[in-house]
Amino acid sequence: MKFAVVVFPGSNCDHDAHYAAQHVLGQQAEYIWHKDTSLKGADAVILPGGFAHGDYLRTGAIARFSPIMSEVKKFADAGGPVLGICNGFQILLEAGMLPGAMLRNRTVQFHCEHVLIKVEQTDTPFTLACRPGQLLRIPIAHGEGNYYAEPDVIARLEKNRQIVFRYTNEEGVPTDASNPNGAAANIAGLCNEQRNVVGLMPHPERACEMALGSADGLVLFESVIEAVRHGAGRLPRTVVA
Amino acid sequence: MRARVFVTLKASVFDPQGKTVTDALHTLGYNSVKDVRQGKYFELDIDARSGDEARRIVAEAADKLLSNPVIESYRIEIADEVKA
Repeated sequence: MKFAVVVFPGSNCDHDAHYAAQHVLGQQAEYIWHKDTSLKGADAVILPGGFAHGDYLRTGAIARFSPIMSEVKKFADAGGPVLGICNGFQILLEAGMLPGAMLRNRTVQFHCEHVLIKVEQTDTPFTLACRPGQLLRIPIAHGEGNYYAEPDVIARLEKNRQIVFRYTNEEGVPTDASNPNGAAANIAGLCNEQRNVVGLMPHPERACEMALGSADGLVLFESVIEAVRHGAGRLPRTVVA
Repeated sequence: MRARVFVTLKASVFDPQGKTVTDALHTLGYNSVKDVRQGKYFELDIDARSGDEARRIVAEAADKLLSNPVIESYRIEIADEVKA
């Protein structure tokens, strides 16, 4: 399959994502400059981490207007799998492709460390190879990962099972101590209602080989490869109560 | 024409930076300062025929780019109306 890795001015995890897709997993991967207007036939799109447009104004605020973003939206609307990692997640929020917004970490510090996240939903193209409740040890590196949404939005996310990843302790319990940034409901990642657009603050692409301290991030890439093999965008939709 | 836009976090949204500034002021002995909310201030120089037109353009820019309506609200001043 073919991954598109979108490159914004200031992206700095684009190479990590490209490396994970191409060298670790043996798939095709192509960089797509943010001013391009085609995803060049990609089967999945990654919006990588970094500091698009220097994070000026707000994280992701300017990147959402990049020409490629209207293509990414079209791709997502057609059911194509889109993964936003860290800054890519922030861009998806600003673009309105996922609900909510990011605030500065409650500690006001940039956090760079491995954390534990629990996979809460396995019916997304990026988690279908996970076990329900699987704990992943994946690094975070952000100053603005304090997820915020109005309480009624959080309630809707819970009801629709859109909270895909939560920060937890070793027992898989989402405690305050295991929440690195103050995110509402310990949210580390979520999906849209159609479940094909997923955003998360931790960096799975930085956890794809044991030489990096963890290979727990691989499963997200393996999931989407399987999803595409089975015709992503045409995945059987789970009925939402 | 000059417009000023003040973007602030909504009252319901926690402001970690404002809290840190509050704590710093307390460290400096300004205990009468009860709370600080940090925001953003923009000055826009606009080609517009009237204050109303300028306000309309600025409101659109504020909705679209200068603020994030999920967490922020904004207030606009058109300089001619301010007479600073």
